[in-house]
Amino acid sequence: MTTVLVITAMAIFLTMALALIRAFKGPTVYDRIVAVNVFGTKTVLIVAIIAEINGHYDLIDVALVYALINFIAIVAVLKLAKQRDLATAGEGDITDG
Amino acid sequence: MVEQILNFLSIAFLLAGGIFGIIGGIGLLRFPDFYSRLHAAGITDTLCALLIVAGLLIQAGIALPSIKLLLILLFLLFTAPTASHALARAAIVDGVKPVLVNDSNDPPTSAEAQAGESSSNT
Repeated sequence: MTTVLVITAMAIFLTMALALIRAFKGPTVYDRIVAVNVFGTKTVLIVAIIAEINGHYDLIDVALVYALINFIAIVAVLKLAKQRDLATAGEGDITDG
Repeated sequence: MVEQILNFLSIAFLLAGGIFGIIGGIGLLRFPDFYSRLHAAGITDTLCALLIVAGLLIQAGIALPSIKLLLILLFLLFTAPTASHALARAAIVDGVKPVLVNDSNDPPTSAEAQAGESSSNT
């Protein structure tokens, strides 16, 4: 069973490497944000898998908190990249719906 | 017997999740414009997370860690599509144009959004 978990972890590491290449290549800032979003989600999964591999189930809390922070960080970075300011609510805000 | 079936299901879920993750990574790297990249990344992100956490859930059995895994699954299921939606909306408000079949002989229009950086061609 550990073998399967390690294989899955390797697949996720490969995905993270591909996402990092896209994050470096760009070309727009949104491509980079998508790549960082994928990277963050895969980090949550890799932490959960590592917790399962070595039996340290406390690490699942880390994965849960990482999932929470990742979403907030993506939305905040998106708003910062678009509005240049976290306090404004200008025309075409991403929270308009 | 039941143990073996659950083990097999868990292995299948984990491997399928890994494969979907790699497919999403390749799509994110190779697709031509921003929206198709977002499509590849957004869909496989949700599916990969769902499959892998489901596989881990079967391994963990009924215990406190599986409740936390279930919470992670629930949260990822809500936030991944929301983040994709916010990204697509921000990009389209910012004027990033999708590449269509008709203008395939033009240079990719997503470069226009960052005209300051890539002004070397033309």
